[in-house]
Amino acid sequence: MSSFTEKIKKVDPRDAKLGMAHFYVAFIGLFIGGMAGLLQTLVRSGQYTLPAGIGYYQLLTLHGVVLALVMTTYFIMGFQLVAVSRTAGTLSNKQRTTAWIGFWLMTIGTVMAAVMILLNEASVLYTFYAPLQAHALFYVGLTLVIAGSWLGSAAIIMAYVAWRKQNPGQPSPLLTFMALVNTLMWVVATIGVASTVLFQLLPWSLGIVERVDVAVSRTLFWYFGHPLVYFWLLPAYMAWYVVVPKIIGGKIFSDSLARLSFILFLLFSIPVGFHHQLMEPGIDAAWKFLQVVLTFLVIIPSLMTAFSLFATFETFGRSKGATGLFGWLKELPWGDARFLIPFIGMLSFIPGGAGGIINASNQMNQVVHNTIWVTGHFHLTVATAVILTFFGISYWLIPHLTGRTLTKAMNKLAILQGVLWAIGMTFMSGAMHAAGLLGAPRRSAFSEYGGAAQAAEWIPYQIAQAVGGSILFIAIILVLYIFINLAFFAPKGEEEFPVGEAANLAEKAPMVLENWKLWLGIVVLLIAFAYTIPFIDLIENAPIGSKGYKLW
Amino acid sequence: MHLDEKIWLFLSFGMIMIFMIFTGYQALALGYGPPSHKETIDPQKVDQTAPFNEPGIKQIGENEYEVVMTLQIFSFTPMDIEVPAGSTVHFTLTSKDVVHGFQVADTNINAMVMPGHIQKITQKFDEPGEYLVLCNEYCGAGHQAMSTTITVK
Repeated sequence: MSSFTEKIKKVDPRDAKLGMAHFYVAFIGLFIGGMAGLLQTLVRSGQYTLPAGIGYYQLLTLHGVVLALVMTTYFIMGFQLVAVSRTAGTLSNKQRTTAWIGFWLMTIGTVMAAVMILLNEASVLYTFYAPLQAHALFYVGLTLVIAGSWLGSAAIIMAYVAWRKQNPGQPSPLLTFMALVNTLMWVVATIGVASTVLFQLLPWSLGIVERVDVAVSRTLFWYFGHPLVYFWLLPAYMAWYVVVPKIIGGKIFSDSLARLSFILFLLFSIPVGFHHQLMEPGIDAAWKFLQVVLTFLVIIPSLMTAFSLFATFETFGRSKGATGLFGWLKELPWGDARFLIPFIGMLSFIPGGAGGIINASNQMNQVVHNTIWVTGHFHLTVATAVILTFFGISYWLIPHLTGRTLTKAMNKLAILQGVLWAIGMTFMSGAMHAAGLLGAPRRSAFSEYGGAAQAAEWIPYQIAQAVGGSILFIAIILVLYIFINLAFFAPKGEEEFPVGEAANLAEKAPMVLENWKLWLGIVVLLIAFAYTIPFIDLIENAPIGSKGYKLW
Repeated sequence: MHLDEKIWLFLSFGMIMIFMIFTGYQALALGYGPPSHKETIDPQKVDQTAPFNEPGIKQIGENEYEVVMTLQIFSFTPMDIEVPAGSTVHFTLTSKDVVHGFQVADTNINAMVMPGHIQKITQKFDEPGEYLVLCNEYCGAGHQAMSTTITVK
């Protein structure tokens, strides 16, 4: 395919509409969740009290549910659907209808859960740990969100299958392949959370059963909870591997390496949930350690990704005549928001990933578990690396889908937004890491802990978090302003959906990478290996279950 | 595969192997593994079940103490523990209602305390001072008020 036809290849308007529907919800979620986040940092500074009887934990639940579960899922579903449409061809009517039904199911579920949170019937945080018991409609809402996401997933799987049938013996387009891997991971992972919600929490909140097994519920949640973070990360990796090389004018370092790293994520991001439960009773220390080892293996594909990206940058810079060890850095398009914003995200993933290794290191987790260090960690990973990349994607994808263009003025504003984010997050996440090491807990309203000297040391860091949080909120306002401009007001025109080509086109990706019986088989084996015995142990040695509590 | 790529992958694997070996050696050979006690209890009969029918601190050896403690919204029983500097303290913990966290600032004490489960964790207190004990898992509207102290004299 020549670069000219590649350039004008557009997402079909019907698929664009589907994508935009997802993005509207995602960006409304960003506003609500970001507002909640700002208020939380203000409360924790000790200088501000919430008005109108709003509870801190009600706000925290809203922040977590709306950003971690709703905003991300909508953005990812929308992005993956249009990426498949762009690279594997326009969706069939059946695929598109399936995705639309999924969208509406998710939206009904989101509204139900949000209403329950606003009515203060579900201040259980986004992890909804039993035996805190939310209103049944909160659980029904979450179930609908997951069920809807399965329909969106089905549309992607159907599109992939159709493409493979029409192109026998050919490796699928790279973006479609990646979207499929992330979709498969999501489906396998959400079985865990769907199980605990449908079979444990929902019947219990309706009063059909009196008691719930707390440890089983937490284990099913974290079976989902860790692949959830990779579900956020992989779309960012799609942009880093495939889109960013095209934006800078370079090539994808290696198509096969990119596919291989995605397969490794599929294999190793699920059987690792115990590293979120390292401090818990009831799970054998040896099985915890086994999952820690599997967690370490999932570091490999991220390190492969880092190599691949910087190899792309260096190769491109040298092709422009750059010399010296770091001369190639000068050749990169620093003035292009579509490159700069994801690049800031990539940089933040270096400390973010290193912090993740600390958290996963078994006994070292004892130093940081449930301290605000952890909050600092995932605000570098999901709330910077991932979300900045999503913003970077939006700055070309929204105008591509709406038939508009990113103007120079908007590009400048986008760069300002990215820089503000980096500054705000340095304050907020940096102060969270530092306070966490001193022992400050996460998920707590402002407290002086009876005047304890140790707690007094945390307060300056909490003020720094509020400063960072305020800067971040200004950045969010800018994002929303740019989003509205690109969706409704930017000048009409053609904005490219950049899809990179591999440096070595002659090298065909090995077809074994598309052998899903093989990979899903290994996924099932690894999950069975990591979970079967400790899970049976939890059930066989289960205590009498817990009744529900509403303590807010 | 490029030479640079091979070097990078070799270093990556090497680094991760080293992390695994150190962590595994500390956890499994030196016994530094995270708290993973496996006894269970009826969460509604904590007060009637030994040892939690008599929560408190007990000297069990020279410089060695056992603390039997219940966690419930939004307090610890017993509160305000005192031990001499250099003491090793074995904590036996359970929850009477929802999930709580047991954390002592400036120490490595950090454990989830779940209803139905008994959790154990041990710590040697060398430095005198007043240590803040707090709940680090959200447990309801008064969560941020759930704290006490351990005084090391």
